Amino acid sequence: MTATDRSTATPSLPRDLVANPTLSRWVTVDDDGTIGVRVGKVELGQGILTALAQIAADALDVPLSQVRMLRAHTTDGPDEGMTSGSMSIVDAGPSVRLACRNVRALFIGEAARGWDVEADQVTVEGGSIRTADANRTTTYGELARRVSLDVPVSAEVPAKIPGGPRLVGTSVARLDLPDKVAGRPAYIGDLSLPGQLVGRVVRPPSVGARLVAVDETATAQLSVQVVRDGSFLGVVGADEAEVERAVRTLRRAADWDEADHLPDEDDLPGYLRAGPHETIPVVAEDRPQGATRRLRASFSRPYLAHASMAPSCGVARWETDGSLAVWSHSQGIHRLRDAIAQVLDLDVSSVVVEHAENAGCYGHNGADDAAFDAVLLARAVPGRPVAVQWSRADELTWAPFGSAMAATVEADVDDTGQVHSWTYDVWSQGHTSRPGSAGAALLLAGAQLSTPLTIPAAVDPPSSKGGGTTRNSVPIYQVGPRRITGHRLLETPIRSSALRSLGSFFNVFCIESFMDELAAEVGQDPLEYRLGRLGDERGRAVLERAATASGWGDSTPEDVGRGIGFARYKDSEAYCAVIAEVEAGQEIRLRRLTIAADVGQVVNPDGTCNQLEGGATQAASWTLKERVRFDRRRVTSDDWESYPILRFSEVPEIGVHLVDRPDLPSVGAGEAAQGPTAGAIGNAVAAAVGVRVRDLPLTTEAVVAAIEAD
Amino acid sequence: MTQQFTLTVNGETVQVEADPDAPLLSVLRDDLDLKGARFGCGLGQCGACFVQLDGKVVSSCDTPMWAAEGTSVVTVEGLGSEGALHPVQQAILDEQAAQCGYCISGVIVRAAALLETTPSPDADEVVDALDRNLCRCGVQRRIISAVVKAGART
Ligand code: FES
Ligand code: FES
Repeated sequence: MTATDRSTATPSLPRDLVANPTLSRWVTVDDDGTIGVRVGKVELGQGILTALAQIAADALDVPLSQVRMLRAHTTDGPDEGMTSGSMSIVDAGPSVRLACRNVRALFIGEAARGWDVEADQVTVEGGSIRTADANRTTTYGELARRVSLDVPVSAEVPAKIPGGPRLVGTSVARLDLPDKVAGRPAYIGDLSLPGQLVGRVVRPPSVGARLVAVDETATAQLSVQVVRDGSFLGVVGADEAEVERAVRTLRRAADWDEADHLPDEDDLPGYLRAGPHETIPVVAEDRPQGATRRLRASFSRPYLAHASMAPSCGVARWETDGSLAVWSHSQGIHRLRDAIAQVLDLDVSSVVVEHAENAGCYGHNGADDAAFDAVLLARAVPGRPVAVQWSRADELTWAPFGSAMAATVEADVDDTGQVHSWTYDVWSQGHTSRPGSAGAALLLAGAQLSTPLTIPAAVDPPSSKGGGTTRNSVPIYQVGPRRITGHRLLETPIRSSALRSLGSFFNVFCIESFMDELAAEVGQDPLEYRLGRLGDERGRAVLERAATASGWGDSTPEDVGRGIGFARYKDSEAYCAVIAEVEAGQEIRLRRLTIAADVGQVVNPDGTCNQLEGGATQAASWTLKERVRFDRRRVTSDDWESYPILRFSEVPEIGVHLVDRPDLPSVGAGEAAQGPTAGAIGNAVAAAVGVRVRDLPLTTEAVVAAIEAD
Repeated sequence: MTQQFTLTVNGETVQVEADPDAPLLSVLRDDLDLKGARFGCGLGQCGACFVQLDGKVVSSCDTPMWAAEGTSVVTVEGLGSEGALHPVQQAILDEQAAQCGYCISGVIVRAAALLETTPSPDADEVVDALDRNLCRCGVQRRIISAVVKAGART
């Protein structure tokens, strides 16, 4: 029995089908045989639409070329919540599979009726619907008009696709790449709607700045329209150069009231620990008395930027009847729609948001905010679409950041290395302030309007969704009684929100660094030490696979160090082990990453590898280089020189090894490598230089400073 | 404010009305409807907007129109055609060396220029050539091997 068959043996509907039971929301069939599949998940460069097309084609028994993945749409498509947390394949996979199998069954039923045979005499192969003896054949296209898909999905569809999965499990090439490689229009910035105008926002010079006055006559010579509402200031016009000129003019003509209220960037742990906090108890077990040896260490990371390659962009058009059309690269178009309606007091049904791709965002960047900017500017020109393009500086300084974090870990250990207690405290801002979080609209420009929205501090997803601050804060290892607590900062001027893997990146960095410290304390090999306290069989297999593939234990040159990082994402999803190899010469150089992962059934092996490689490379960039910079008033890292990321000359070689589990459910791979990569690099640096650096990023300067202080 | 400019774009002579200070990138994208060069920073720091100008790779986001007058510009659209992709484009597809793909036009333009001068580059030469191109998705390793393979094939 294959995994595909098992999922339909359970007569209960996947969550997203319960919420969106009408088949036609998911699948449409055209006369020419094209099968449109519309999901609520969006393409962020992670290849999700290709993976879902593979699942759809298998469930319908059609070739991949017959399936067309349609853009997510708030009116026409299903609401599947956010595209985040590596949940797309988990949420949408089973729904698409079942919806498509329903469609297949309806078409078989229609063919059988027409031919006056029993449905079980009809099969589908390669898109051809036929009787078992192949005397009669038809197609999806030919029957399209006779089959209505405006019917509810059924949990029970006649089982058995002959031959089981065919495309699932194979490395199908990404469907969207040919257009992108040819330079064809593919992104939101490439939209050119009839009558489209250019919009720009004159953002305040610093967070919380108030617009005291602006001489709007300064732009009188230019053919642009200035829009002001409170401290929100923007320009609309037909010519981009003219609009840019107006923005520069207004910037000079505006008088802002600013204050120094940002924390000291050199003491972020102190800032995060000061509070006030919400306490998040994760595990509270009693610590035994009489420990032999107690070890303790503190770690930190700075604020990180999403730093998408494309600054955010939004397009909006107010229709003359007061309804509103919006195009956005948001990860949650339904929540964006609701937030816009809430702020502007519109009926939700009068707002339509259609997804349009942009560059990878890796979490909650400026997408929703740029869409709302466009809505505000377009209000001045009813009937005309307005496209708002953020600048590089806007994206690096105004999009939400991944929060800075600090942690202290303490463990009691005996001479054999056994851990008798483990205490872990982590301090952080919240990890989500997406539109709709905590019931607030949370759109950047909303805080600047004359009737300003209150923007509460970021919250954390519930622990049932993996938590935020405390994501992956519980070690996978046997460490005795544990006391694990999160502390979420409740007041802060710095906007934080979801960045790929949320708190997991930092928590795994801390745990994995400390595991190496414990191993060193008792003189054990880090791999053996971990395996000695890891009962989980899937975990052991992944760790051992990475170790073997990397040549763990082979001798290395004196200035080269190897380090391990390992975790199971969200404690319940992908297992990932990373072995890093670092060379400490004139500078710290990451030479190689060896990755092993278990993501359950692999839908697209090459796509999965690509996600793991990309995630690990990005995590290496965070670990080695990245840090949002600011003074007491303004964010100062506003371009690629002040916010450097890993370059071609700095990327490591990467090897990926998948442990396939064809009979276990698929889970996402996009975030699994983040924490393990950080842990592995930290441990490799410590192995190479003999000194441990616990504050990220591990720049050459930071490592040299640590060696000198040692 | 605007002025007439004549230049060659992907082998065709074009005339455009533009502000002399307008970046070449805007003219390509908005007036000539060539969306292949992407806007990434407008600062000459990321490579998303790379084009070849008289055979040299430049960032079109900070190349003003007055400097583009009379030149020959090649964008990613001009490197290959439907059914006859440039070897670098083909290799990027073969290796699936992209995720969001936003950086990839600039990468292709730069790598194609490399193959003009160094037809079979090794990995180090590819890395050197692409060091001004940023990729946030972390696909650099795949891109490097794709370009090396494209070179080996030509
Ligand atoms: S957009 Fe031109 S270099 Fe970044
Ligand atoms: S593929 Fe997304 S930036 Fe390179």
